[in-house]
Amino acid sequence: MTTRKAAHKDLPRMPITTIPSTKVVTGFWRTFRPTLDESKCIKCRICWKFCPDVSISMTDDSFPAFDYEHCKGCGICANECPRKAIIMVMEE
Amino acid sequence: MAKATIPEEELMLSGHVGCLGCGATLTMRYVLKALGKNTVISVPACCWAVMPGPYPLRCLEIPMLYNAFETTGASISGLRAAYDMKGRPDINVLGFAGDGGTADIGIQSLSGAVERGDNVFYVMYDNEAYMNTGVQRSSSTPYGAWTTTTPGGTTGDWKRQPKKNMMEIMVAHRIPYAATASVAYPEDMVKKLRKGIDVRGPKFYHIYAPCPTGWRLSPDKTIEISKLATDSCIFPIYEVENGIYTINRKPAKKVPVRDYLRLQGRFRHLGEEELNRIQEAVDWDWKLLLRKEEFMKDM
Repeated sequence: MTTRKAAHKDLPRMPITTIPSTKVVTGFWRTFRPTLDESKCIKCRICWKFCPDVSISMTDDSFPAFDYEHCKGCGICANECPRKAIIMVMEE
Repeated sequence: MAKATIPEEELMLSGHVGCLGCGATLTMRYVLKALGKNTVISVPACCWAVMPGPYPLRCLEIPMLYNAFETTGASISGLRAAYDMKGRPDINVLGFAGDGGTADIGIQSLSGAVERGDNVFYVMYDNEAYMNTGVQRSSSTPYGAWTTTTPGGTTGDWKRQPKKNMMEIMVAHRIPYAATASVAYPEDMVKKLRKGIDVRGPKFYHIYAPCPTGWRLSPDKTIEISKLATDSCIFPIYEVENGIYTINRKPAKKVPVRDYLRLQGRFRHLGEEELNRIQEAVDWDWKLLLRKEEFMKDM
């Protein structure tokens, strides 16, 4: 099999985006880091529901886990937590 | 321990370049949770056009098409016709535009699509100005708001015109289903979108999506301000099915509008007289809506 150089014919007919944005790290935007106090958490899933960065993963009976690679530290989770179990801590 | 109240499937990825506490990304997340994977989405120039980041990044698990600013309505009509020709009536075609792309620039193509009765979804996420280009006034900006083209400050040229009522424009088209929703009540939003799947014809959703950057609001207050907007009746949650009004959320105790305005820097310049005027206008609109619901009950 002979190899040939890539030519304009190999380009897609229209620009199609292929790489998922999860590859991009947005965690460095953060000024405040959300931290969980597990003794106060009632696993109500409100923080999971209201996260605009899809950075909180949890199932029905696990504690919320923060994805610090993508969390931008907006603080909605801490503000909406009914038991104030999430505390925003200043990044070092 | 509680069950999830909205679907668990995530069709929006993290790593998008939305601002901190963005209401538009929350809107997209809930809308896609409701409509599921069999959806194709058309987006004009708006915040959501830049959300995935530079080429070749994507942040949705479903096909997303970019369009010119004024063509959302026309493009969803075309997509619908194409999918019908291919024998795929089960695909949900969704137009997803901001308030500028809906109420100002895209209103003619949206009006055309609704008048033709195409079986499409249209979501207007309302952040009350052109936020992507840096907070310019739109016709959906409320009375009294500061934007960069209606500056407050020493000139005092804040916006003097009231907000355009898109819901009434849609109802005047005799649309089969139109509804308002808010990011503070995702269960309600998901329910309304699921309802739309069974409705034949155009479906219009006016969704309240706060923009902390443009509203000069603390990013952690996105959900709080949305709840206040509904509780103060400045953004009522209701639906219109074939002309019949139903108010989905009536606040038990009305919150004064100034509590809602005080949290936002864009209303900081308003004096006592303007605050009273806004309260009067909101009370009037709420009364009108209650009357409409009452009047339509016997129809």
